[in-house]
Amino acid sequence: MVIKMKNVKYDRTADLYKADEHRVRNFFLAFLVGGLIGFLGELIIEILINEFHISRSDASTFMIMFFIVFASLCTALGFFDKWVTKFKCGLLIPITGFAHSMTSAAMDYKNEGPIYGIGSNIFKLAGSVILYGVVSAWIFGMIRYLIGVIS
Amino acid sequence: MLLFNSFLFCGLLCGIAQIILDNTKLTPGHITSIFVVIGAALDSFSIYDLIIKYVGGGAMLPITSFGHSLIHGALAATNSHGFVGLMMGMFDLTATGITTAIIFSFVFTLIFKPKN
Repeated sequence: MVIKMKNVKYDRTADLYKADEHRVRNFFLAFLVGGLIGFLGELIIEILINEFHISRSDASTFMIMFFIVFASLCTALGFFDKWVTKFKCGLLIPITGFAHSMTSAAMDYKNEGPIYGIGSNIFKLAGSVILYGVVSAWIFGMIRYLIGVIS
Repeated sequence: MLLFNSFLFCGLLCGIAQIILDNTKLTPGHITSIFVVIGAALDSFSIYDLIIKYVGGGAMLPITSFGHSLIHGALAATNSHGFVGLMMGMFDLTATGITTAIIFSFVFTLIFKPKN
């Protein structure tokens, strides 16, 4: 009985330590990968501005397009999922996560046909982002507009 | 300097999201939705514009920038169209991102065979 209790206690303590270690490691992995993506984004913008002499807003549009195409292509080829399980939020919070969710949803339901498969499921995961983004932007925008009208 | 700020800002957002994901029962879907709402809330008083000015590209990549550009386009359209502008300009700035995502995810889905 005593030995059993000891084992249970030991396992629990070991689990706590393991989980903590994983949390810290996950945080640093997400921080590094997310930071690297942000760094690359700014680098691409500056290269485009200096080499092709286009405006900053155009350059950032191209940069966002590049990341979306890259994430969609990697998801379709099948190795973006492995990276996501490894780095989690480092890849899900940047715009790559948006592209990944759309492409993976479309790939999952591809064999159910073009209309009821791809068409109705492509926004399965990204739909919530668009819905809550639009609703919250409309509410906050209305508040800001009314404040502007009153004052 | 912008490069370093981009690394720090984008990395910190991802790190915060990872902490939320590990310590609560929220799924990545919840977290991205919350971040979009936070981005829209920050831009309703032009705070996110300041962040973009000092951070650059690193602030345009996280999903918070999606909420920011939604409300930014809507407010820009209210200047010329009044109240209806909120609906007219909502997708003005995010149209590139959404259109690119739709077109390329559709094309790549048609071309490549799903694994497993």
